Amino acid sequence: MKQKDYRIALLNTWIEKSSQRRKVINWGVYVALSLAAILALIPLISVFSFVTFRGFSALDWDFFISLPKPVGEIGGGIANALVGTAILVGFGTLIGLPWGFGIGIYLSEYGASKRASAIRFTVDLLASIPSIVIGLFVYAAVVVPMKRFSAYAGGIALGILMVPTVARSTEEILKLVPIHIREAGLALGLPRWKVILRIIFRGSLGALITGVMLSVARVSGETAPLLFTALSNRFWSHRLDQPIASLPVQIYNYAISPYDDWHRQAWGAALVLIFFVLFLNLTTRWAMKKGTK
Amino acid sequence: MEISSFFSTRDLNAWFGKTLAVRAVNMSFAENTVSAIIGPSGCGKSTFLRCLNRLHEEVPGARVNGTVLLENKNIYSKDVDPVELRRQIGMVFQKPNPFPAFSVFDNVAVGLKLAGIRKSTILKDAVERSLRMAALWDEVKDKLNDAGTSLSGGQQQRLCIARALAVEPRVLLMDEPTSALDPISTAKIEELVSELKKAVTIIIVTHNMQQAARISDQTAFFLLGDLIEYGATSQLFTAPKDNRTERYITGRFG
Repeated sequence: MKQKDYRIALLNTWIEKSSQRRKVINWGVYVALSLAAILALIPLISVFSFVTFRGFSALDWDFFISLPKPVGEIGGGIANALVGTAILVGFGTLIGLPWGFGIGIYLSEYGASKRASAIRFTVDLLASIPSIVIGLFVYAAVVVPMKRFSAYAGGIALGILMVPTVARSTEEILKLVPIHIREAGLALGLPRWKVILRIIFRGSLGALITGVMLSVARVSGETAPLLFTALSNRFWSHRLDQPIASLPVQIYNYAISPYDDWHRQAWGAALVLIFFVLFLNLTTRWAMKKGTK
Repeated sequence: MEISSFFSTRDLNAWFGKTLAVRAVNMSFAENTVSAIIGPSGCGKSTFLRCLNRLHEEVPGARVNGTVLLENKNIYSKDVDPVELRRQIGMVFQKPNPFPAFSVFDNVAVGLKLAGIRKSTILKDAVERSLRMAALWDEVKDKLNDAGTSLSGGQQQRLCIARALAVEPRVLLMDEPTSALDPISTAKIEELVSELKKAVTIIIVTHNMQQAARISDQTAFFLLGDLIEYGATSQLFTAPKDNRTERYITGRFG
């Protein structure tokens, strides 16, 4: 009897000890992971606050609506760069979107074949090519034969950059649609292309748009592929066969200049670019939430 | 068996890669009857059903040979377009699968719409008729614009039945249509099947032997890809001819 009590007491201390040990480990891991999360946020927050701090003073109404001033004059704005970025990204989307969608649909619907895995591999390779190399390629393929820098060339470069991200996000999203939804469409006597474009696409529209918007947000900050394609332009230009201004290249040009006022404007333009990308991300998320309801 | 030759199979084989899943099946289905197919999991009954509307061949690596005759026309002959064929042989699946982001109305109308029918009066009539046939009209007539996926599971399955009926098929294939539903929804669908056979010929795969006994005119028993026995439901369940059928329906294996 006594021995039994002793055993129970021993067991209880052991349980208590081990559960204390468990609690300590639990607490330690929790603290370590929280620290890691905070560390991960530090670059993001510091970039954001630093750009806001340096760039905010440059922002006023005039900055958004006026053209760059000639060298030596104080002031001027980024109006042409804003419009230029919109034109370049719009033109790039026009090229990259159908192209990426096409590849993505092919990969999700006919993705089991050897040819499809070769295509998937190629798309992944394209995604890992540095954007400056894409810029060089477009320079050789478009700028040299046309004998001029142009919005066409810049848009094509951005379009090529969009292809892999749009293709892979489209593939992943369409793959999420269960096979029995496709079969239900086929069983109604509908051809496969109608099932994909009219039924599957409609069901995943929100997610597809999110994928596109994220890749639009990504390419709208690209500088390298525009440097020797769209070049830049200090004047108004809507023409696609002429060099055109863009936010990232304008930031680059101002940042490497020797003038304090241009540095100030470069920070201001950087802040505008960050907010533009942030805005795209937020509206996409919002639209996504609305769409899934 | 003296069954008219409305819909029948001759030496139908189905493969998945190198696996023979359905072996030399000969069956015929009379018009406006309900035929049930029972058998343990993996016996090839669903595969057999999917050969009847040429859906089996859509699976990569899957293959069919043999003959399926719909009113004396082989649906596997080269001049038959599987897309056209599937309009005549509708299908309802195991899990209710209304099209996501489609309203109740659009789920039913989509088959006709995408076949090129635009006139809204025709579509409206077809949707109401199909939903009435599926015994769903009274429950959804005030929420035709709600998402199809917002309905309950049993309602969703009846919506899928209405969707299949809207293109006016001759035959309706049902692949375990109640296995994901509660007993009340199941009872509704069973009742519906008995009603629907006035309009379409129904072939239903089921795991539930009581269900087969309740709703079907003929029953077939499949085992390991073979058709073991096929006959009038009352006879198959009370006096099976084959020893294996008897052991299965009395629950001694499978």
